[in-house]
Amino acid sequence: MKMISLMLLLSFVLGGCSNMGVQPWQRGHLAKQKMQLDAYPVDAFLDDHIYFSKESSSGGAGVGGGGCGCN
Amino acid sequence: MQLKKPKPIRRLLTAATSTLLASTAQQVVAVEKTPWQVDSAFLYYSEKDRVTVYEPVVAVRKETGDDEFIGVRLVLDSMTGASPNGAIPTDSPQTFTAPSGASSYSIPAGETPLDTSFHDTRAAISAEWEVPLDERLKAVFGGNFSKEYDYTSLGLDATFSWDLNQRNTTLTTGLSVSQDQINPVGGVPTGLTSVPTVVGVQKSTQGGDESKDIMGLLLGVTQVVGPKTLLQFNYTFADEQGYLTDPYKLLSVLDNSGQLRASDPYVYEKRPDSRQRQALYAKGMHQFGDDVLHASYRYYWDDWGVTSHTYDLRYRYELAGGRHYLQPHLRYYLQDKADFYHYSLDDNNIPAYASADYRLGDMSTTTIGLKYGLVLGESHEFGARLESMQQKAEGDAPFEDNTAVIFQLNYSFLF
Repeated sequence: MKMISLMLLLSFVLGGCSNMGVQPWQRGHLAKQKMQLDAYPVDAFLDDHIYFSKESSSGGAGVGGGGCGCN
Repeated sequence: MQLKKPKPIRRLLTAATSTLLASTAQQVVAVEKTPWQVDSAFLYYSEKDRVTVYEPVVAVRKETGDDEFIGVRLVLDSMTGASPNGAIPTDSPQTFTAPSGASSYSIPAGETPLDTSFHDTRAAISAEWEVPLDERLKAVFGGNFSKEYDYTSLGLDATFSWDLNQRNTTLTTGLSVSQDQINPVGGVPTGLTSVPTVVGVQKSTQGGDESKDIMGLLLGVTQVVGPKTLLQFNYTFADEQGYLTDPYKLLSVLDNSGQLRASDPYVYEKRPDSRQRQALYAKGMHQFGDDVLHASYRYYWDDWGVTSHTYDLRYRYELAGGRHYLQPHLRYYLQDKADFYHYSLDDNNIPAYASADYRLGDMSTTTIGLKYGLVLGESHEFGARLESMQQKAEGDAPFEDNTAVIFQLNYSFLF
């Protein structure tokens, strides 16, 4: 059931995507560093490390990570 | 004379922009020897009465060819302080043997038992190679290795991103594998056997070391919605097999009267030896004027019964002149416990698996913080952030709050 919901969600997202977006000359804002999804990778790495150690959930934003005894 | 059919202006502009950008990029690469981008940070993380961590990080990245990059990150992680051992506070003082079995520590009446013998230094190195495989297809290959006194981890990962729809849609898929080795101080205790209460008495062990294997998968879509709006959706799956127990955690065992049982009052915890984790993640970014809003949500579930919601909001507020910014941060995490989480055990009913680690319990984490950034030039930036984190019980288990201060300094520059 979860897989079917996921597939439906993905098809809606992809279907909707073809109508969205910008032309290459409209990318001025999107090209700025502050609009990058991983603009501050070291901040994200340190946050992941803290919350991986102190909570029981992981994943979502990326693959891998962890690799510590984490008391 | 027959006139050519005019090309649509949109197509012409696209071609012109692409050519312009491509030629500029090539010239820059050709003319200048590309510098190293250096990102450095120092993290200070300190819990009230518990763990303190000092963590310096240096990450370097360099363009080695057209859209081809290499990167290396070094991390040192120094931990000192005390960590909850899983036992409950009682009306009388308690004494525990340290994991080595060679010493003991005492906890006053009414206080949460914290293992004070806890200190470690962890060193980690990771490297990545980003390479275009095609005009629209990019790959990132990575590896990481970390070592601490009782724990070693080795991992590899690969991520592929495919641009579609005039680069407005990006499909991403990633795969990671890792193997971790654990060599606990004093050996690997046999799960749910009694913890020695006298120094010099040997605990029951199942060997000197254990390992676990982790495989991770990511499927994602990133979509440009408009000139100032981006959306990202990910699904991640991870399969963990092997020793997933914390060898230093215990549980208190209570008798019919609700008191610690007279003999063998504590047992070592025991977790299942496999775990499947899944998460759905959505992130949105929107620029308001010069400011940027980041909002994300994650729903997480696993076959241990843990489910959680994570909400994260950041707002980058540009100060006058555009060289400084302030970024408030709010994060809220709400977790439902694992099926085998128990605050304490009942003498007459010892289950097959049990852990009293509060991180597997019903709990929440609230983080409030502020970052200040000073942009000194292209890829030259200084940052400082101060945050407060509070973890508290959300169910029947009355474990104590954990509060922490997070302070971080960042400095990025070209070298």
